[in-house]
Amino acid sequence: MRELTEQKATVLPATFWRHLRRILPPDGLLTKPTQVAVYECDGLPVYRARPLAVALPRTRAEVGLVLALCSRYGVPVVARGAGTGLSGGALPHAHGIVLSLARLNRILAIDPDNRTARLEPGVRNSAVSEAAAPYGLFYAPDPSSQIACTIGGNVAENAGGVHCLKYGLTTHNVLAVRFFTADGVLHEVGGVTGEAPFDLLALLVGSEGLLGVVVEVTVRLVPKPPATVALLAAFRSLAEAAASVSAVIGEGLVPAGLELMDALALSAAQDYTGIPYPPDSQAVVLAEVDGDLATIELDVAHVRRLLLGHGAFAIEEARSEEDRRRLWLGRKSAFPAVGRLAPDYYCMDGTIPRSALVAVLAEIGERSRRYGLPVANVFHAGDGNLHPLILYDAKIPGELERVEELGAEILRLCLAYGGTISGEHGVGVEKLDGMCAQFTAAELATFHALKSAFDPHNLLNPGKAVPTPARCVEPGGMHVHEGRMPFSSLERF
Amino acid sequence: MTHDDTATLASAVRAAYERQTPLEVVGGGTRRHLGRAPDGQPLSLASHSGIVEYEPSGFVVTVRAGTTLHDLDAALSREGQTLMADIPRFSAASTIGGAVAAGFTGPGRPYTGALRDSVLGARVISGTGQVLAFGGKVLKNVAGFDVSRLMVGAFGTLGVILDVSVRVSRCPEDVQVVAFEMSWPEARECLKRWEGDLPLTGAFYHRGVLSVRLAGREARVAAAVRELGGEKGRPEAFTELRDLAFDFFQAPGSLWRLLVPPDSPWDPEETLIDWAGAQRFWVTLALAQEVREKAAQYGGQAVRVWGPDRSEGPWAAPPAATMALLTRVKTALDPRAILNRGRLYRDW
Ligand SMILES: Cc1cc2nc3c(=O)[nH]c(=O)nc-3n(C[C@H](O)[C@H](O)[C@H](O)COP(=O)(O)OP(=O)(O)OC[C@H]3O[C@@H](n4cnc5c(N)ncnc54)[C@H](O)[C@@H]3O)c2cc1C
Repeated sequence: MRELTEQKATVLPATFWRHLRRILPPDGLLTKPTQVAVYECDGLPVYRARPLAVALPRTRAEVGLVLALCSRYGVPVVARGAGTGLSGGALPHAHGIVLSLARLNRILAIDPDNRTARLEPGVRNSAVSEAAAPYGLFYAPDPSSQIACTIGGNVAENAGGVHCLKYGLTTHNVLAVRFFTADGVLHEVGGVTGEAPFDLLALLVGSEGLLGVVVEVTVRLVPKPPATVALLAAFRSLAEAAASVSAVIGEGLVPAGLELMDALALSAAQDYTGIPYPPDSQAVVLAEVDGDLATIELDVAHVRRLLLGHGAFAIEEARSEEDRRRLWLGRKSAFPAVGRLAPDYYCMDGTIPRSALVAVLAEIGERSRRYGLPVANVFHAGDGNLHPLILYDAKIPGELERVEELGAEILRLCLAYGGTISGEHGVGVEKLDGMCAQFTAAELATFHALKSAFDPHNLLNPGKAVPTPARCVEPGGMHVHEGRMPFSSLERF
Repeated sequence: MTHDDTATLASAVRAAYERQTPLEVVGGGTRRHLGRAPDGQPLSLASHSGIVEYEPSGFVVTVRAGTTLHDLDAALSREGQTLMADIPRFSAASTIGGAVAAGFTGPGRPYTGALRDSVLGARVISGTGQVLAFGGKVLKNVAGFDVSRLMVGAFGTLGVILDVSVRVSRCPEDVQVVAFEMSWPEARECLKRWEGDLPLTGAFYHRGVLSVRLAGREARVAAAVRELGGEKGRPEAFTELRDLAFDFFQAPGSLWRLLVPPDSPWDPEETLIDWAGAQRFWVTLALAQEVREKAAQYGGQAVRVWGPDRSEGPWAAPPAATMALLTRVKTALDPRAILNRGRLYRDW
């Protein structure tokens, strides 16, 4: 475990605290160590820090006032949704406050005629689809954490999910956002079609709480498809399964979801759910096809042909809601299932071109053997988004460091194949070194310049998502690309 | 024709930055009449052209900005593929860079996505002459701020686009158009009912007639045509609409796009309704103020496409605090406002 920052006694004037208390509801400010302890980390608990306080406003106006006050006193602010982030994005700042948006959790409007929903940031992801269901509509991006994570957190991370292959990521499904800049000024970007003179919406989505605090989100709702068919194809090798995914994509088919699980993930899921996979399965591919009744038959037949052609030795098909749920159960519970295989696991996240799946999975397997650390793969294969889960025991001295080394190797592999160090979990504090490998100093400087345009005093989630130039030249981190000069221009710092 | 002109272009921008002289970034010049008239010496991207990387099985193409859409279409169609976003081909000279900078998407938008949705990455020259790469070639990528998408529709005011990686998709086996005479509320109800049920890829409403485009697998399109009935229409109607080439667009006045909630009434009736209701084209002599108020009446906004008075920009200025934020973003990427100065807003 890393205590990122020591608790230096930061002394803020009593007037700051008096004002803060006045802004917030009576139960809206947590300062006691026992109260703030639960906010010390997010879904990546290897990083922990204790904030000075946690503010729990109930209204947009309160959020604005808290920000204006913190800006006046130069207090860092870390926005937080449900804290399910997997890269330490919501890790508190030891000299700042956590601004929880969890209580701003009202669905402000569902407009079935125009197929939109207007939401406060603390609304849980799955609550949106639940509220839209009576109108035959749903909100498409469905991270596996959807029962807990918030829309504000989804916007901040550009969250994806199983159905993003067909329906797009958060950035494709958000039409407008209201947000406060660090100075407490409210802005509105986007509109009915999401278009605007500058696509600030694109910039905000995935900005990890560095550019603004999102207080209202308008999302697109989509009609539920008339029919859905799920296929589970079992393979005797991981390579065959991966090749079948590349083939389905290569044919130009766009299933609603296309996921892959390897042998280790399968045995974990099987033990966890009690639902057996076909005997001798070394990997399975889950394909979900949806659409109108006529198209779906054509697509299912086509996908089946491709899976069989690449060595699937058994295919199960599910059409009813209940049967589909059963087929998906192992995939949906794969993380907690894998969690039972070892005391700890580290969830990696990177993306590669989909044609490189076979090669990259083989290389990951080779490295796993070399490090003697088991790796389970269960991931969004259709869009090339890998989630290798590295199993380890944190109590063994030095083990976490080796896991991080292996993780860094896997990310370098993603880059070498033309991919990226993060597909959906964000950079947070976890991947700052990886950013040095993916971007040049000038590109990182541009990110800092954009950050300054929104937050000139660097108060919103400082230190996350974009590394400082100094960090990128430190030895030990992932190194800057060969031939890319680290100091070509730092003029805008 | 394929040629990498990065070094020359970057040094031209660097020189302009040092001298503080503005540049007008020009691709094929077919979108030059859109937006405000910019100041500056033309900087041509025409010779920076060619496909950088294209692997058909990955459904992504990386292409230099000066490549014409005509050449790109030809390369993609050899593989049975096409750009995923339905973007205008104003003429054979139109370039992909110009298309991305202008950011327009045609009638396919509600069904196959906006151009900004299919942009995965871009390499650009900043206003200081630096060559920078953002995004990438993969579908999911959350490393760094999404600067490549920010370039879409910014009219070249934030960077000179060098290359873009965009998504492509399989060409439909068949395309058919059917038309129905009906009221707008009836048309809107039909569109909502059909979405998801039928292989729709476009729907517009003009002079009391709803035209819909069906595209995809041959068997599926044929079944949909039988199911729907209606009059058989011309598939070219949709490409003409995409390229703003209907007679409708040639009427005297300014061309506006009203972006409104799709369920808004057909008002005024001289508008052509696209995007299943969300976009209304209006050619009018009315004052900008009146047009913007009409869109606001339905909770939307108006965007000026072209017209005689080029002092009026495409977008109305947002509230002062947000305008100040936009200006800071502009300054972060183009500190001396040399790129397409004045194209979007006066002075920057
Ligand atoms: C079991 C599990 C499965 C997961 N599966 C997926 C998956 O399939 N796909 C996927 O994409 N992710 C997944 N995640 C990661 C995580 O759930 C997402 O990143 C989610 O979007 C985070 O939402 P949150 O509300 O928990 O945000 P938090 O973790 O609280 O915050 C995340 C970041 O957003 C910022 N933030 C939060 N709210 C706001 C706001 N209102 N304004 C500005 N910034 C804000 C924070 O500062 C922080 O940087 C998974 C996580 C877990 C634990």
